[in-house]
Amino acid sequence: MTQVMEAEEIDRALRRVAHEILERNKGAAQVILVGIHTRGVPLAERLGRAIDEYENVKVPVGTLDIGLYRDDLDRRPTTELGATAMPEDVTDRIVVLVDDVLYTGRTIRAALDALTDLGRPRAVQLAVLVDRGHRQLPIRPDFVGKNLPTSSGQRVTVQLQETDGKEGIWIEEKA
Amino acid sequence: MKHFLTTDNVSRDDLESLLDLSDEFVEVLGRPIPKVPALRGKTIAMLFFEASTRTRLSFERAAKALSADTMSFSPSTSSLSKGESLKDTALTIKAMGADALVVRHKSTGAQWRIADWTGLPVVNAGDGAHQHPTQALLDALTVRQHFGTLDGLQIAIVGDIRHSRVARSDISTFSTLGAEVSLVAPSTLLPVDLDGWPVKVAGSIDDVLDVDVIYLLRIQAERGGASVFPSLPEYVSRFGMTRQRFDRLQENAIVMHPGPMNRGVEIAPEVADHPRARILEQVANGVAVRMAVLFRLLGGEVHDA
Repeated sequence: MTQVMEAEEIDRALRRVAHEILERNKGAAQVILVGIHTRGVPLAERLGRAIDEYENVKVPVGTLDIGLYRDDLDRRPTTELGATAMPEDVTDRIVVLVDDVLYTGRTIRAALDALTDLGRPRAVQLAVLVDRGHRQLPIRPDFVGKNLPTSSGQRVTVQLQETDGKEGIWIEEKA
Repeated sequence: MKHFLTTDNVSRDDLESLLDLSDEFVEVLGRPIPKVPALRGKTIAMLFFEASTRTRLSFERAAKALSADTMSFSPSTSSLSKGESLKDTALTIKAMGADALVVRHKSTGAQWRIADWTGLPVVNAGDGAHQHPTQALLDALTVRQHFGTLDGLQIAIVGDIRHSRVARSDISTFSTLGAEVSLVAPSTLLPVDLDGWPVKVAGSIDDVLDVDVIYLLRIQAERGGASVFPSLPEYVSRFGMTRQRFDRLQENAIVMHPGPMNRGVEIAPEVADHPRARILEQVANGVAVRMAVLFRLLGGEVHDA
């Protein structure tokens, strides 16, 4: 298992992403950050705190569980759901979806469906900590913490203090 | 979870986990578009061999909110009236492509037989006077929403316990979740043998007015419930939730009823309409817990390729 990012690097990458979100949207007035369960949630909260620090704006942070929208329910035992909660109506807002790893794009496809059922955002953008490639759907991220070229035979593991009690990103060959 | 047939022997963790899942479906049902695609392409057959309106509609609403298709069946218009056996009916519906069966039947245990014959996931929507497990879940969810937990609560179930599958499922669910359950009924409407039941028994509703939850049951005339006490006024005087008794309940106590209600018998009309009567919340929660059960049975069980 090779470590590819340490806590400090994750922090720097997230701060840059927070700046990019502000730059792209000319501030944060219209933005709602929405973390995808599980690790997207603490990442969205961290981005929210960073934006508050730079611009003194409290950005609403929501959470989304895509368990009910998967296209592979027959294949994965995922009948536990996290909370879906939007602090404000997403209609006419700019929703920035936040997740830890972007891989096939299927999670984001499901998240877009879930979001559509909650309202009609003016725009949806995607922020990910790691883009590891190998998309199976026409989906691309707007903000990327780190581009990480991988083979599909490798596993990328993200751990965060809030969810795992330690912090870092690792890459390993699948057994 | 392969079937949902009874609340007996379901662990506290499993019950809590089903209630947590139900909370997520309460959120889904509160959305502008209260529908998710989780069970798209699945077909759920509703086999109600005994009359039901609310439970059947509630299951149908739950299935549809999960994007499943439903097939419905009522005994009066079916081949049962032409002499078809239960087994043949069940196998016929399986052959049409049902992925799960929701079954109500007047005979205790019919659902277990159907599960054996068909091999399909089966939800018990009431078997005789035996079990009604989704009712117990929705009742537990309603209590948990109000008090945050069932642990340490006092719950009194009042009325026709003997003929009540709701009471049987509720007693095991409430006590598994940590509540203390008392039963209040004329001795003729108590089960013959209460040995081994985790309950206390009281002789009049006036003995239990200090509880957190009063759960009222209907006198089930269709199961012989009305013939075992002298008169309705006498029943009301000892077991009815009158306005006067309601006023003596604790300030935070709630009144529940599984419906259909007989206003003026087990519950006074003013009590039924009071905000601390959670009867319509129970109905609303019924859809959410049935979504949770159907999702557990059909969503993401591993048939891994």
